Amino acid sequence: MEIKKPAAAGTLESSDCMVTVEPGENGIELDLESAVIRQYGRQIRKVTLETLERLNVTNAYVHMVDKGALDCTIKARVECACYRASGEKQENLPWGGAIQ
Amino acid sequence: MINAVGRDIPEEILKATGKEVFQGNNYKDGVRFTKVGPTITPVMRNDHSKLVKDIHEALVKCNAHDGMTVSFHHHFREGDLIVNMVMEEIHKMGLKDIRICASSLGKAHNPLVPMIEDGTITRIESSGVRGKIGEAISAGKLQGLAIMRSHGGRVRSITTGEAHVDIAFIGAPTSDDYGNLRGIGGKADCGVLSYAIVDGNHADYCVAITDCLVPYPNFPAHISQTKVDYVCVVDEIGIPSKIATGAAKPTTDQRKLLMAKYCTDVVVNTPWFKDGFSYQTGVGGASIASTKYLGEIMRERNIKMGFGVGGLTKEMCKLLDEGMARVMLDVQDFDLDAVHNLKNPNHHRIPAGVYANPLNKGAVVNKLDYVVLASLEVDVHFNCNVVVGSDGVITGAQGGHPDTAQGAKCAIVICPLLQGRIPAICSEVTTVTTPGESIDVVVTDYGVAVNPARPDILEALKAADCVPLKTIEELRDIAYSIVGEPDPVEFEDRVVGIIEARDGTIIDVVRKVKDVE
Repeated sequence: MEIKKPAAAGTLESSDCMVTVEPGENGIELDLESAVIRQYGRQIRKVTLETLERLNVTNAYVHMVDKGALDCTIKARVECACYRASGEKQENLPWGGAIQ
Repeated sequence: MINAVGRDIPEEILKATGKEVFQGNNYKDGVRFTKVGPTITPVMRNDHSKLVKDIHEALVKCNAHDGMTVSFHHHFREGDLIVNMVMEEIHKMGLKDIRICASSLGKAHNPLVPMIEDGTITRIESSGVRGKIGEAISAGKLQGLAIMRSHGGRVRSITTGEAHVDIAFIGAPTSDDYGNLRGIGGKADCGVLSYAIVDGNHADYCVAITDCLVPYPNFPAHISQTKVDYVCVVDEIGIPSKIATGAAKPTTDQRKLLMAKYCTDVVVNTPWFKDGFSYQTGVGGASIASTKYLGEIMRERNIKMGFGVGGLTKEMCKLLDEGMARVMLDVQDFDLDAVHNLKNPNHHRIPAGVYANPLNKGAVVNKLDYVVLASLEVDVHFNCNVVVGSDGVITGAQGGHPDTAQGAKCAIVICPLLQGRIPAICSEVTTVTTPGESIDVVVTDYGVAVNPARPDILEALKAADCVPLKTIEELRDIAYSIVGEPDPVEFEDRVVGIIEARDGTIIDVVRKVKDVE
């Protein structure tokens, strides 16, 4: 999937995260801020990178501000931000496919 | 050296402090020792005035010097103005290497951080610290060690001379010109002066600071003129709205109400719940709600409380007023209702030492049937952590947690399974502040675990079939299945603080937290 324009998903509420994706040229650049970075930083990075890989996003700048979101929330926010950034029409979204 | 809760206490810390490692709760039981007394300055002349014009004059008259220890109480809680006022003057005088011995420090004391950074304050001994001071200590900015002691442990450390206080500064809502101090009758009432009693008894110099000078004699005095050297009148000693946070609104959080219900079910289905039982609880939403539930059952079954103790709240005082409790023993007031309730003749002030000092001839906590506590973390060994956040940064206080947990026949910890993504029930707490041997029951929103050391409690709860029983390992597994297993926080080798057990042995150390890039 190609990231065509900047887009964001999520909130800064507790137990949520806010993900911003922008077009990039040098693979994936992930910039993470998290309230639980000492205990879950590794896990959050892993889930984020896996989600991007599943969506075939290969070039993007990703900024995440995490407020203690669970893995399922992180996946959903990353997916949403990427599809918004891809400019796909809503009816073309692969519900049940790449969007899990 | 590995201590009784499995924590490795570095040899150099044992050598530097002369302390032993924690050996279990009753290690010092019956071990004789000699108390130390202060060096005092007698007042014989009848024309002597104790009034000083400002803090500066008090410091000069009390022989303030580099390396001295100054002490404070925390009855004004987050509304305290005394600590900053005194420390600013000490800072202005250019004194260095000061040890602060406080009953607790909070966010109100953030202005001390620059004084830690420039070496004015090099040691902090307190029940705990919150806010910027905690962050500064965890970042290694304090030159010496921070020592965290329980309320009972602080009294012990002062009476044994481990923490010799040169000058005690006692904020007093009212004082007369001869140093009779009371916690009521002024502009910033805190009700009691319980934490400061030991300071009055053992500090070489004692300075009362008040914003309400009353005619002599200010009786009955909570701290007597015989302990006080100087009286200093200032504009303001505390911010009333932040001292008594007011009657807290009853919680509507369903998770807290559920835990409150479980907690009350545990209390009323264990053998000590009978007429004359004793009880202590805290100020959290679930604790207050559980006191309310408990009151309903007490009325229904006509079971009266023998005594309630602690930091008191409206809910506890209501039981006293209704005649559902015989007496309240008061070391601290969390709301204005509790302060006003001191008018009830069965509401008694007690010093912190009477409440919880482990090395006197028996403290009130030893007579407790139930205590309801909270915790940041509880591990599968039932060890609790109430001082260090799960991110490794100091952010809380022991308070009376270790004292009451050891004293009570049934110590209950209420703790939501998850705090955001952080599992409160975990494999190993970040820092041990109360040993698992003191903790009997853990109540979470996902079930209740009983310490296997207490088969009597487990049997009683099984028979009553009143709460969903789980093992502590099951609770941890549920937590980890939802949020994932946390990575251990990374620390550097340097020890920045020690957690003292009640008896003065070392139960754990706090290390400098590693920077996250």
